[in-house]
Amino acid sequence: MSEQVVRVENLRKEFPGHRGAATVAAVDGVGFELASGEALAIVGESGSGKTTVARMLMGLERPTSGTIEVCGRERSGRPSTAERRRRAREVQLVFQDPFLSLDRAQRIGSAIETAIRLQFPVGRDELRRRTSELLEQVGLLPRHAELFPRQLSGGQRQRVAIARALAAEPSVLVLDEAVAALDVSIQAQILNLLSDIRESREIAYLFISHDLAVVNQLCERTIVMRRGKVVEAGATRHLLTAPAEDYTRRLIDAVPRPGWVPTRSRDLAGA
Amino acid sequence: MSMLTIEDLRVRVRSRDGMRTIVDGVTLDIGRGEALGLVGESGSGKSITARTVLGLFPRGADVTGRIEVDGEPVLGASRRSLTALRSRKVAMIFQDPRAHINPVHRVGDFLTEALRKHLGMDRAAAARKAVGLLADVGIADGERRLRQYPHELSGGLLQRVMIAAAIAIEPDLILADEPTTALDVTTQSEVMAILGDLRRERGMAMLFITHDLELAAATCDRTAVMYAGQIVECQSSRTLPDRPLHPYTSGLLGSRPSIEAAVRRLPVIPGRPVAAFETGAGCSFAGRCPMVEDRCRIEAPATVRRTEGAVACHRNEELVGALPSEPTVRSADV
Amino acid sequence: MSALTTNPATAATAATGRLRPRTRLRSAAGLLGVPGLLAVGFLVLVAVVAVAAPLLAPADPNFPAPLEAYASPSGAHLMGTDALGRDLLSRLMYGARVAILASVAIIALSTVVGTAVALVSAWVGGVVDAFVSRVLDILFAVPGIIFALAAVSVMGPGPTGVVLGLTLGYTPYVARVVRGATLREVRMDYVDAAWLQGRSGVAICLRHLLPNLRPLIIAQAVSSLGFALIDLSALSFLGLGVQPPAADWGLTMRAGLDSALRGHVGEAVSAGLCLGLLVASVIVLGDRLSKQAEERA
Repeated sequence: MSEQVVRVENLRKEFPGHRGAATVAAVDGVGFELASGEALAIVGESGSGKTTVARMLMGLERPTSGTIEVCGRERSGRPSTAERRRRAREVQLVFQDPFLSLDRAQRIGSAIETAIRLQFPVGRDELRRRTSELLEQVGLLPRHAELFPRQLSGGQRQRVAIARALAAEPSVLVLDEAVAALDVSIQAQILNLLSDIRESREIAYLFISHDLAVVNQLCERTIVMRRGKVVEAGATRHLLTAPAEDYTRRLIDAVPRPGWVPTRSRDLAGA
Repeated sequence: MSMLTIEDLRVRVRSRDGMRTIVDGVTLDIGRGEALGLVGESGSGKSITARTVLGLFPRGADVTGRIEVDGEPVLGASRRSLTALRSRKVAMIFQDPRAHINPVHRVGDFLTEALRKHLGMDRAAAARKAVGLLADVGIADGERRLRQYPHELSGGLLQRVMIAAAIAIEPDLILADEPTTALDVTTQSEVMAILGDLRRERGMAMLFITHDLELAAATCDRTAVMYAGQIVECQSSRTLPDRPLHPYTSGLLGSRPSIEAAVRRLPVIPGRPVAAFETGAGCSFAGRCPMVEDRCRIEAPATVRRTEGAVACHRNEELVGALPSEPTVRSADV
Repeated sequence: MSALTTNPATAATAATGRLRPRTRLRSAAGLLGVPGLLAVGFLVLVAVVAVAAPLLAPADPNFPAPLEAYASPSGAHLMGTDALGRDLLSRLMYGARVAILASVAIIALSTVVGTAVALVSAWVGGVVDAFVSRVLDILFAVPGIIFALAAVSVMGPGPTGVVLGLTLGYTPYVARVVRGATLREVRMDYVDAAWLQGRSGVAICLRHLLPNLRPLIIAQAVSSLGFALIDLSALSFLGLGVQPPAADWGLTMRAGLDSALRGHVGEAVSAGLCLGLLVASVIVLGDRLSKQAEERA
């Protein structure tokens, strides 16, 4: 077994309640480990707390309690700029909507060059070479560097976001619903790209998703979350063929497929 | 007798660069009580096709063709007959219920408004009927819900309220524009089940717009696939998943990952989906098609009615039964 | 065409491509519309006249010719003369210089200061933002012209005091608009992305936020320019700004008031018309620009 690049223990995040009501635990006692080069999925519906876990791991949200360890170092407190720059080499994030995650006033090439320059003291020629290399790796052409995000399609924008995240050569890539907003035919292209990247370099994925089919395609291990808690965890294949928990089974049964019949499982959902 | 007939519908909308074709010759037909799934990626024109049935197209749009609801023409109809259509025969369900339900009014006001206005009910009768409608969509404590505001309800509940409002006028046809796209999978399953039950009980026809081919095939009688403003294929939902007729449908089926098996690489359709105004001469799918021939780039294929279904592809004869319908390389092969 | 089928990335750029300069110019004209184009045309005209006033003006604006007082328009004086026999057209041309120079100075200063305050306040947030917001609220309650009056009472009448006072008056407007826009902008994912890459706060503000806020800031500045022009003329009219015998529209209007009582309305009407048209142009242009900034956001 290779080393663990992410170790999360007993993570908890409380948000102030609505209109003075008691605090709400968005994440409650979540723990998991991610090995180097592994792909782990966190699956859940809206309100499950899966995105909050990702944001805490990235340092975009501060945990109420619990520990987060990335690449053997515990993450806590408010990081300085230098510390953030160091952390960038450990873990990077790919957002759901590439139109919002790319600066619309910045050319593609400049976005990637900046991400490289922040980490590595390279000369102009080397910078240019690495940028072209990254663009090529995500299936774009060198001339795309001259364009602005609005001149690209949604799929191409997500490729740019992935290239920018890879620029720092991180050990972990967190993908927060990174293919959810894409058309089906584009989604398949990006999923293949993510598989290719994992074959070509040592990188672990933490894949946040609501889509079991996508998770099955990409991740060896899966955690199922519901209302802030881990419901079930295990090998994706095993979890999908022999779920131990009722909730996991309901999630699986809800995926449309040939011969699928939608069911009214509960006639009274809570508000 | 058909409930909805669309013939050679063309929609052009105004943009900065002049008029742009969004829908490019759509012809479809829905029988009484029948459900047709209209599947497409972004830019395919599926949504505007549905909206055009109710006259909801953008200002300055240029619409030609023929649309008939229950034998009555819609295009060119007066504002008054369109209103009558919307209040009696056809109801629409949208993707985002929050954008279509006034947030400052109670759920009850929203539901009873249509009943009082269109069916002339008094307040008490309308409220009684509304509680019954909510029960029909699986909301048992209707009286409490009527007093709540939209923000107090989850997305799934609100979509059910939207469906309750849609069936309030006892329509013959429901236009559902991605009604479950914003919902969780378990909620989607419930909403689809409710829609299915209501449709069967009341014999309502449905035009179901979605980007999810599997969802359409599993819940509708027939499925039509749109690409670049045209319907490229339409056949029975029972046979479509196993025997796609058009290379695009085959590509869509193949590129969607499955929960049953993982493959090393998904078979992909290269390029990106295009809109009608971006295509040139020839077949609009030619640029991405793995089966492309020289004539595909020159001449646009006509829609052919086969026993299996309708398809717009030059090579439909030789491709019947030959197109793959799912990822071929199983995880066992890796 | 074969590239389309082999490389997934090329299909889209084939359709989008890069904007050619001519296309860009034409689309800019389309966005401005006829009123916008007219406004730009008039602004360019005024700017050229102001810059080239020494070359274009038919006479010395300050050369008095008492014998020719209130001369009617003629070949020698295209727009006639004022009470002191000075060429009115030349005075209006030179007056454009004062109007433009002072109003641009006010807007430039207040935009730079206001934007800086807003960016820092919105980015740092917390106590700093709360404090800045309160101060802005207080300054906001005081009309800019009051600051100018205060500055003049300390520094004496003249353009410097007026410009400084009005700058102080305009800064809160800029800061409030930019702060609101920045608060919306920092919630965007690209700001988080830059933060996660380890960019410093200063770099995020200057390299990411500022370029995205630029259209809004420019639109705001152009709109405020109109108000600054009015305030400046008002202060001159009251005798607190530029001092005679300098050529200035506000002063011309003031003098024109006396002349009008003697039956000569040329001065007041022409100076008023110059100011009115300039203000209208600036406001039309500012309006167009802010609509575009909104659409972009």
